Amino acid sequence: MQITSPSFKENSRGALADAQLQKALGNVRAGFIDKRLKAVEALPEFDLLRDNARAIKDHVLAHLDLYLEAYEKKVTESGGHVHWAETAEDARRIVLDICRKANARTVTKGKSMITEEIGLNDFLEAEGIRPVETDLGEYIIQLRGEHPSHIIAPAVHLNKEQVEADFRRVHKHLAEGRDLSEPESLLGEARSVLRSEYFAADVGITGANFLVAETGTSIIVTNEGNGDLTQILPRVHIVMASLEKIVPTLDDASQILRVLARSATGQDMSVYTTLSTGPRRPGDPDGPEEYHVVLLDNGRSSMLGTEFQEMLRCIRCGACMNHCPVYHAVGGHAYGWVYPGPMGAVLTPSLIGVDKAGHLPNASTFCGRCEEVCPMRIPLPKMMRHWREREFERGLNPATQRYGLGLWAFFAKRPRLYRLASSLGIPVLSLLGGGKRRFRYLPLAGGWTKYRDLPAPEGRTFMQQWRDGGASVRARVA
Amino acid sequence: MLDTKTNSAPKVGLFVTCLVDLFRPSVGFAAVKLLEDAGCVVEVPPAQTCCGQPAYNSGDREDTRAIARNTIEAFEGYDYIVAPSGSCAGMLKKHYPLLFKGEAIEQQAVEFSNKVHELVSFLVDVIGVKSVSARHEGSVTYHDSCSGLRELRIRSQPRALLSSVEGLEIREMKEADVCCGFGGTFCVKYPDISNAIVGKKTQNIRESGADTLLAGDLGCLMNMAGKLQREGSGMKVRHVAEVLAGMDDTPPIGGGRN
Repeated sequence: MQITSPSFKENSRGALADAQLQKALGNVRAGFIDKRLKAVEALPEFDLLRDNARAIKDHVLAHLDLYLEAYEKKVTESGGHVHWAETAEDARRIVLDICRKANARTVTKGKSMITEEIGLNDFLEAEGIRPVETDLGEYIIQLRGEHPSHIIAPAVHLNKEQVEADFRRVHKHLAEGRDLSEPESLLGEARSVLRSEYFAADVGITGANFLVAETGTSIIVTNEGNGDLTQILPRVHIVMASLEKIVPTLDDASQILRVLARSATGQDMSVYTTLSTGPRRPGDPDGPEEYHVVLLDNGRSSMLGTEFQEMLRCIRCGACMNHCPVYHAVGGHAYGWVYPGPMGAVLTPSLIGVDKAGHLPNASTFCGRCEEVCPMRIPLPKMMRHWREREFERGLNPATQRYGLGLWAFFAKRPRLYRLASSLGIPVLSLLGGGKRRFRYLPLAGGWTKYRDLPAPEGRTFMQQWRDGGASVRARVA
Repeated sequence: MLDTKTNSAPKVGLFVTCLVDLFRPSVGFAAVKLLEDAGCVVEVPPAQTCCGQPAYNSGDREDTRAIARNTIEAFEGYDYIVAPSGSCAGMLKKHYPLLFKGEAIEQQAVEFSNKVHELVSFLVDVIGVKSVSARHEGSVTYHDSCSGLRELRIRSQPRALLSSVEGLEIREMKEADVCCGFGGTFCVKYPDISNAIVGKKTQNIRESGADTLLAGDLGCLMNMAGKLQREGSGMKVRHVAEVLAGMDDTPPIGGGRN
């Protein structure tokens, strides 16, 4: 997909002016936060589970090669195939080869963010293979030619009236006068349209929430059951997963599952938790004849051993963006690539380069709410700051910022000069504030005064008054 | 009220913070009064400037380290280092030691950080202050600034002391714990987003029905005050220390003739 992260500022201005989007974003604030809090409060051991979840992933990341090899061995033993994809291009080619061998014309897809990351849909379409998204949100945005704006609620930027209009536009074979005013009727219509696609599909592609090393099992969680139909009905099942999805045991996966849905949607568990291990065995009532796993690196292994390694603990619950004031303001598309919000602000520069994604780790107030709710205790603000350090080292931030900061730092490092300059400048600025004691406009402070008044300094600085004051200061204090 | 084993008054170095020093000295004097009322001896080391967050959060680690070294040296010899800001106190307490990992000065930075406290939580949690002798007629709403709330767990302490102020009524706003959109340099680097965030905040502030907005961080306060004034609101905005110290006779932040 086209990367628009470099124009994050323009993207966000557009988002702020988009009334439909702003209305839809109101639902993020209302929908996710309270439900998560309720689910977390109902589970006294939640914080302990977070500690365990973090420890499990830290252990895996320290021994990733061993677990990946163990996983591959188990998959092979169960009759499946593991394909290693270093780059997005490798992954696309592997999927295409499998599809070609299966003479595939239609591919159904369960929800998978890494197929967004590698741009799989556009690629398959260009090769004459029709991808059909089966997750309701993904289905909707596919109809619209858009990309997900949220990692678990891809169409959260839309209102139901917009979806109704899309369905009427695309589902021409259905009665014009049908009632689509309720979310349930939209869901019902999508289900009935998708039903025939499941049976027509030659290949089903799903993502993976976990890959289990001890059994060679892949696990997906969904609320619609679309993942099950996608992976059971076609002749070939392809699991698309990135390296860091691995966990050692089924027990480990179930521990992390206990924090995943609670953090994501406030559910104790997602409606469906589906495990698949290899292709259909003799005597199995259903299942695919071929089972493939494409393991994608695409830059992740280069995060190992760096200050960004902890990002690989992420389980894609979306809690960070659900609680982010910046995400609430501009939505997911403004971030300009696949992963929005705080997790995207850390991950995107790792995957597409900080020269392109430099705005993302800067567009944070460091309010810390993301880290507070992250089930894997990923220190997101700290890692955004690390990206800022990398940008600063490479001189990637704008010259005006660098000069301003340099000038300020020159004084901040020299207390005497700082004292002298502030004792001269501040009283003048205070006088300029006039009777209103504030500025509606101030040169060089346009970013501030565009939207707010700037309070004027009270008068002389505290340090001036403290040094000179003596008795008068005491008198004021008393 | 004092907890020192030697029975002598604790010696507090006041970290004024750059914004209080430059924009609102009243907060510094209120902090001094509160600390002295609590039995502390207060000094203001002259070699302090800023905690270094503008550099730190812009990725300029070397300047941050230089500023941090100055600050640590300037505050040698105090029992406690107290700042009327959760954000600056959080920087001194939680981040300074991280700047010197594995270096000779690390131990000194850790010892320094162990002595750092935000003003109101210091009064309540360390000194054991349960009430203040102040009077404030009217209703206030309190915004929980992010760093104080999440790095230093400041939430109940200001409310506990405010409830002891005579004549004062607390009216909680919705989402008091949600960021005001200031974020240091964020508000000038991304003014449009910052404006959207502070706009939601001022709506919650106005809907609280209080006549005064309080918080513990001057950066957030200047942001919210500036937005309220641009919106034409008559809401008064003050640092919580001013009310707790009974020093609310100065004009509120950005408040003058309309």
